[in-house]
Amino acid sequence: MQYSSKVMEHLMNPRNVGELENANAVGMVGNAKCGDIMQMFMVIDDNEVIQEVTFKTFGCGAAIATSSMATELVKGQTIKEALALTNTAVMEALDGLPPVKVHCSVLAEEAIRAALADYYTRKGIDPTPIVGEIKPFGEDDDDHHHDIPEEE
Amino acid sequence: MDKKFVYADNAATTQVDPRVIDKMLPHFSEGYGNASSLYGLGQRAHEAVEEARKKVAAVINAEPKEIFFTSGGTESDNYALRGMMHSRRAGGRKHLITTTIEHPAILQTCKALEKEGFRVTRLPVDQHGLVDLKQLEEAICEDTVLVSIMAANNEIGTIEPIAEIGKLCHDKGVYFHTDAVQAFGHIPLDVKAMNIDMLSLSGHKINGPKGVGAIYIRSGLLLEPFITGGGQEKGRRSGTENVPGIVGLGEAAYLKMTEMEEESTRVRALQRRLIDGVLATIPQATLTGHPTQRLPGNCSFVFAAIEGESLLLFLDHMGVCGSTGSACSTGSLDPSHVLMGIGLAHEVAHGSLRLSLGRFNTEEDVDHILEVLPQVVARLRSMSPVWKD
Ligand SMILES: Cc1ncc(COP(=O)(O)O)c(C=O)c1O
Repeated sequence: MQYSSKVMEHLMNPRNVGELENANAVGMVGNAKCGDIMQMFMVIDDNEVIQEVTFKTFGCGAAIATSSMATELVKGQTIKEALALTNTAVMEALDGLPPVKVHCSVLAEEAIRAALADYYTRKGIDPTPIVGEIKPFGEDDDDHHHDIPEEE
Repeated sequence: MDKKFVYADNAATTQVDPRVIDKMLPHFSEGYGNASSLYGLGQRAHEAVEEARKKVAAVINAEPKEIFFTSGGTESDNYALRGMMHSRRAGGRKHLITTTIEHPAILQTCKALEKEGFRVTRLPVDQHGLVDLKQLEEAICEDTVLVSIMAANNEIGTIEPIAEIGKLCHDKGVYFHTDAVQAFGHIPLDVKAMNIDMLSLSGHKINGPKGVGAIYIRSGLLLEPFITGGGQEKGRRSGTENVPGIVGLGEAAYLKMTEMEEESTRVRALQRRLIDGVLATIPQATLTGHPTQRLPGNCSFVFAAIEGESLLLFLDHMGVCGSTGSACSTGSLDPSHVLMGIGLAHEVAHGSLRLSLGRFNTEEDVDHILEVLPQVVARLRSMSPVWKD
């Protein structure tokens, strides 16, 4: 398994690490059992532009690098633009990921949606019609973890 | 950037000792003969192979004729299990006992044997990785052929009570194989005193070459051939001998034997320094494996709230090579079966790090690790949403 130099660069120098005290959108996805948890913090202004975004991640190299890249990609975007961000776009921005690590990019996409859902929830707006279903944090995540073919 | 490089993954493989390389090199150049040929060139190759056989045998108090060269630990393990079970099949005995923490060379072979209709019992281990003798005794039944229990574990370094296991097996009339790939040359082993019938060993864990190993098979033990062909290794393992490799294995074994006391004392002191240093400087760090019954170089830990693969990548960046049993590194869904076997929760096992010291490590190496590791752990924890200090 080999990471691209882009992944390694984001891993060694992750962008936007930490918490935002004045965040008005916070989302956390993943679970410790599977080995990755991502948390995203955002400051979203009245025009629904993501002014600031940071992350905290427990996980492998790919988990940290995809978190870092995802925050870079959505910074300055509108909510609508951020919701259009796919895991594939995160992967492409990192010059690809090894097949067993694709789920990390899915997690990064979900972390962004979870933060955006929190933004609406705080405003008393039901987020589901806008951002879709969000898996509650800590739930065993059958879809993307368990599709890795077992190596014999 | 600090350019220091510290290799602390000697349980994965080791640097070949230059003294070993010196002995090997002539067998690539002027001494290229086939050990089966009758002329002098071939005979000298034959003698070199027999000399290596004596050296390997001496380490474990075996007879040279009880040593058979193979391509490494994996092949030796395969031969021990498949050879023994297949050879006893006619008698209707179908049961094999092993443990949950063996190397995949054993565990995957057991799986294959199960597909062929053999029965396998996998004994659990305690939180330190030790097998329970009483459970072993209870598991032995009428049709048990073989017990295969590793001499020492590759991940957590726990040394199993091999002498007691061997005695129990012989009292019960079953054969005993031990995977000694990690133990051979590092701790004293005596196949006679320990009642060992078969033992696997490998060159590259003892500062010898890769792709060469051996299996000890007690004389008189009937086993069908493993690889059929030109009849080398008394017909058990055909194929033109890897003369340079075998010579390298022999020399590496000889050096381990003659230097074992001095080397293990020195490596144990480094191990103590590293373990104590890590536990003293890193909060919420735990030693895995047995507190005292462990291999000289093995230092294995779990760190709360961080993940092993990212830990390794950061350490590599700082010039330190280690390994982890986290799921992300194994490329599978679960953390290592050994860490699961000693009862660690998934989330704990993800934060595992194994540093294994060896012949070429120094105090400066350990001090470099002790400088770098706490920084890296702190950095990863500062990024971790689950870290609470
Ligand atoms: C306990 C154990 N058994 C077997 C092996 C396999 O040995 P080899 O790499 O020589 O095939 C190893 C090493 O990877 C090991 O640590």
